[in-house]
Amino acid sequence: MQKNIKLLQGNEACVEGALAAGVEFFAGYPITPSTEIAEILASRLPKVGGKFIQMEDEIAGMAATIGGSLAGKKSMTATSGPGFSLKQENFGFALMGEVPCVIVNVMRGGPSTGLPTATSQEDVMQARWGTHGDHAVIALVPYSVQDTYYTTIRAFNLAEKYSMPVLVLLDEVIGHMREKVEVPESVEGILPRKRPEVSPEEYLPYKADPTEAPILAPFGSGYRYHVTGLIHDFTGFPTTDSTKVKYLKDRLHDKVYANLDDIIEVDEIDTDDIDYLVVSYGSVSRSAASAVKEAREAGIKVGLLRLKTIWPFADKYIDKYADKVKAMIVPEQNQGQIVYEVQRAVNGKTKVFAENRYDGELITPKQILERIKEVHNNA
Amino acid sequence: MLNDLKHYLREEKMSHILCPGCGHGTIMNALVHAIEELDLDQDKTVIVSGIGCSSRIPGYLNFNTLHTTHGRAIAFATGIKLANPELKVIVITGDGDASAIGGNHLIHASRRNIDITTIIFNNNIYGMTSGQYSPMTPIGSYATTAPYGNIDRGFDLCNLAIGAGATFVARGTAYHVSMLTKLITQAVDSKGFSVVEAVSHCPTYYGRRNKMRDAVTMLEWQKDHAMPAKAFEKLPNEKTEGKFPIGVLFDEQAPEYCEEYQKIIDAQKEEQ
Repeated sequence: MQKNIKLLQGNEACVEGALAAGVEFFAGYPITPSTEIAEILASRLPKVGGKFIQMEDEIAGMAATIGGSLAGKKSMTATSGPGFSLKQENFGFALMGEVPCVIVNVMRGGPSTGLPTATSQEDVMQARWGTHGDHAVIALVPYSVQDTYYTTIRAFNLAEKYSMPVLVLLDEVIGHMREKVEVPESVEGILPRKRPEVSPEEYLPYKADPTEAPILAPFGSGYRYHVTGLIHDFTGFPTTDSTKVKYLKDRLHDKVYANLDDIIEVDEIDTDDIDYLVVSYGSVSRSAASAVKEAREAGIKVGLLRLKTIWPFADKYIDKYADKVKAMIVPEQNQGQIVYEVQRAVNGKTKVFAENRYDGELITPKQILERIKEVHNNA
Repeated sequence: MLNDLKHYLREEKMSHILCPGCGHGTIMNALVHAIEELDLDQDKTVIVSGIGCSSRIPGYLNFNTLHTTHGRAIAFATGIKLANPELKVIVITGDGDASAIGGNHLIHASRRNIDITTIIFNNNIYGMTSGQYSPMTPIGSYATTAPYGNIDRGFDLCNLAIGAGATFVARGTAYHVSMLTKLITQAVDSKGFSVVEAVSHCPTYYGRRNKMRDAVTMLEWQKDHAMPAKAFEKLPNEKTEGKFPIGVLFDEQAPEYCEEYQKIIDAQKEEQ
């Protein structure tokens, strides 16, 4: 059978992935460089019986996305840095209320209005800690247009499985670059919205085992319950009972951290018998792959660990190489964010070097290659 | 009668958080009676609120209930309604929630004319945080953040909603409870975005600082200052000075948002 090959932007591939995953509802607000996602869904959703709404602001976009999901529809929104800042409060609400949805943040340079049309990876820590209070998050970072397609599908599946909002962080250059993409006719393994297995009389919306996600019935399906941003008990109603507070907070954390092997995806490229490891993600990991290849041709034993899930952090994989390599190099399109996570995970077992660019231009393979050589020569 | 309405309440969630003398319980009572009058399906009704004293009320009501973030209830409700227009969606909000932090959402839901009813419990103060002035606090009143008297000019929320395009707008009070029940009934029954400003009273955090120390005094104030809208319109300005109109203020149908969106879906499906 002939493959369905298309030339797509990352933002377009994100929409194709979302539609393949069964998105039925989008609420958002225009912002560069994510706007194409809203524009294309405005056109495509009504054709499949779905709904699109342009809200009055970013905050409302996040709120309506959560509302759409509680009404039983697979829901998403898309934004960029300044809009991502505005979405943080209701992102926290979705974490607390355990409302499945997908939030795409196409990263541009910051802070503030920053560099609207230039690429960056400056929001990775905002993705982790942007909303207040303790919380676990899932954030995925695709590295190509094809990967954006599958990552978006994966984001929807993780959102349904763990009943929580899931972040997709695209570098601007991924969002706007056009590449050859295979869009399959159908995709296996799409997770539908879970439905309660008990009667409405027996139903406790937030009753779940310590490492499990709850099953939230769609509003209108006969299961009447309460959703709040306050700490709540199994019934969904507010509580300050310290035992119940701790149970919920532990469960919100552990449903992610007890399932790391399911959630974390990495690519380990040329990592057998290495002296150095480049740790990278998103578009930068492609420059890194190129640099690693050239360095190996020059006789330097270096490999690449590409992070495809940025949160929760892939400690296990960093730890795996920490004893084996003389140094790790962390190139990022920012002033240094994930490098500190790598340092933490390495825990002094090896040296960690940052390599950064944050002037709106891409990190080139040459920049990373020179850094690899410099680290090698000084080792 | 009261026993007949008990199934609308989550009695096990009582006692409630409201202070003695608070007007909000009366407005909740009017809402429950309106729901009874309209015979709404509890399974198909969603009650959404923001943050504040009034926004805790959905917890006591036996429906699908959603207690959201400060000011954002209408935006959440918009998502719910558009995603599933079969649901009846009612928003409970306060004056701080609806006129300050959430003012933008009130304007734009009015403009879209999406079929949601918003009941604004207006007690002229931020009660939950113990008495700061809101955009509905009258000039000259005292609040914890207006220790020398409030100089912030207020505005007419109902006129705002009408100006922004809401298709049913009414004002009632906790004193005129039968009328309020009727207004809420009409609002929920009206297709499109409907707003009921329910004038409430907060003896604890507004009254005590403003020479109205108890609920009775505050209810008497409502009785003395409210005037039926029809009379209010006809009387010259000097006769309405210091008074406010109650009753239906605006009732004019316009295309409803979800129905308009459905037309797009139907047209696109036909094209395929």
